[in-house]
Amino acid sequence: MAKYWHSVTLEPDYCNGCTHCLDGCPTEAIRIINGKAKIIDERCIDCGECLKVCPYHAKGALSDNLDILKNYKYTVALPAISLYGQFPIGYDLNKVLNTFLHLGFDDVYDIGYAAEILSDYQKKVIKEDDKLHISTYCPAITRLIQIRYQGLIDNIVKLESPMEVAARLMRKKIMKEKNFKPEEIGIFYISQCPAKITSAKVPIGIEKSCVDGSLAIDKLYTKIIKLYDEIEVEKDLLKSSSKGYNWGRVGGQSFSMGIDDYIAVDGIDEVISVLDNIEIGKLPNLNFFEGYACVGGCVGGPLNVENSFVAKNRIRKLSQVAKEKNDIKLIDYPKEIIEWNQEIKGSDVMKLDNDFSKAIKKMGEIEKIFQKLPKINCGACGAPTCHAFAEDIVKGKTTIDKCVVLNSKKRRESNESV
Amino acid sequence: MNSFITNNEGIVLKYIVGTDDFSIVGEVSSKIKKVLKQLNIDNKLIRRVAIATYEAEVNVAIHSLGGYIEVEIIKNEIKIKIRDNGPGIKDTNLAMEKGYSTASTKARELGFGAGMGLPNMKRCSDEFKIESKFGEYTELNMKFVV
Repeated sequence: MAKYWHSVTLEPDYCNGCTHCLDGCPTEAIRIINGKAKIIDERCIDCGECLKVCPYHAKGALSDNLDILKNYKYTVALPAISLYGQFPIGYDLNKVLNTFLHLGFDDVYDIGYAAEILSDYQKKVIKEDDKLHISTYCPAITRLIQIRYQGLIDNIVKLESPMEVAARLMRKKIMKEKNFKPEEIGIFYISQCPAKITSAKVPIGIEKSCVDGSLAIDKLYTKIIKLYDEIEVEKDLLKSSSKGYNWGRVGGQSFSMGIDDYIAVDGIDEVISVLDNIEIGKLPNLNFFEGYACVGGCVGGPLNVENSFVAKNRIRKLSQVAKEKNDIKLIDYPKEIIEWNQEIKGSDVMKLDNDFSKAIKKMGEIEKIFQKLPKINCGACGAPTCHAFAEDIVKGKTTIDKCVVLNSKKRRESNESV
Repeated sequence: MNSFITNNEGIVLKYIVGTDDFSIVGEVSSKIKKVLKQLNIDNKLIRRVAIATYEAEVNVAIHSLGGYIEVEIIKNEIKIKIRDNGPGIKDTNLAMEKGYSTASTKARELGFGAGMGLPNMKRCSDEFKIESKFGEYTELNMKFVV
């Protein structure tokens, strides 16, 4: 696997070089070069903000398609919890899960159940230490912290996601019960967002994911609703309780853990402003922080089909009618299944130079150029802000003559002098 | 005006801090934090500097008639000076005591004024000096070893 692999991609044919995506990118990872948007790989956190704002649908998420199932002898679907919010109230969600058996999967696992295991496990971890614990459930936020909030890396809760835990449990179970070899089993996440697709391919905190690939919810949705009307229910697949389902929406983790001193934040800009405040000590006495790149939490993921507010409400209703909890014994779920085993490293990408004197020199040059620029952040040069443009100039990636405002000013002045 | 001066040895940043506007408290420390991150300064040190400057911002906004924060970054050291335009502190020893506060009800309602600001700054910094002339100014000088 390449060092930087991203699910978020750009289709150059659709991109007309407008600046919508530039503005919304939380890590300034996009530049418009020769009229087309380009993603700086080492900065991208796969949050999918650019996907959401692109008016030409030039941004997409690389996902697998159903053909991939043919490569395996036994396949399992792990639908994201947000899938449960994509169908009107009254839909039998167990039947929805059964449609996957007709899409070519041999089995389906209700990730809500894994979320419930994690609720109990995470609660135990949090109670052991009253420092701030930051949830890693949203991989885009974990990557954001690696790039922009390295001082908070020690606060990250080093636990796997429900997706990974579910995949590990299923692989173990199938190997034992059905006698398949590990490579004969294909486990696929049915994803609500590009960040989860990326985390299955290039995970953080572990060497290799137990998930073999990901299919996007929006690509399967019409197939699912058609099958829903045609099939009979074969298996009892829906296993989660209220505690698990709640992970589909913002605040759900804290609710499921039954803890008090937490904040739950959704939307990448809000998350950034809260993390900024946490870093300067403005929000003391917090025990838990759950942040989501998408508004509403996972129901707001760009690969869902339903309006995120509607879906969030459905998850809320579902959690009200579902059973309160399952009888989960944490002793059945050892550390190897639940926790990360690798160190989380910060990224160097925001640093000007590893050498202090050089960094100072560069910063001085950037400031000098920045002072000359119009500071209106129009994006016409291809950089998201005048400051980012000045940084790019000093890094040798662009030249000051790309500034259209300065150019027109120069033209005006030379006309006047004539 | 805020200013930004660099030479071969380092950088001097100066930020004007207003008074009584709680909504923008924290902006200066966030800006300083961003600069330090770009300069590859150790994360734990950045955290200490950020907390100390944030506390300073709070103090200037609550207690003073306005002032400025000046940050000097050189190879082995970060120096921070906070100077306001009064009203000054009568007894700086008393002001340094944990829990001592003269904050207004308005500030306390917002969760400030617990009397921990100055002690926190002292705790976060490697060197801390406070100087004040009642009726005139207060000046804090902090040093952080890089």
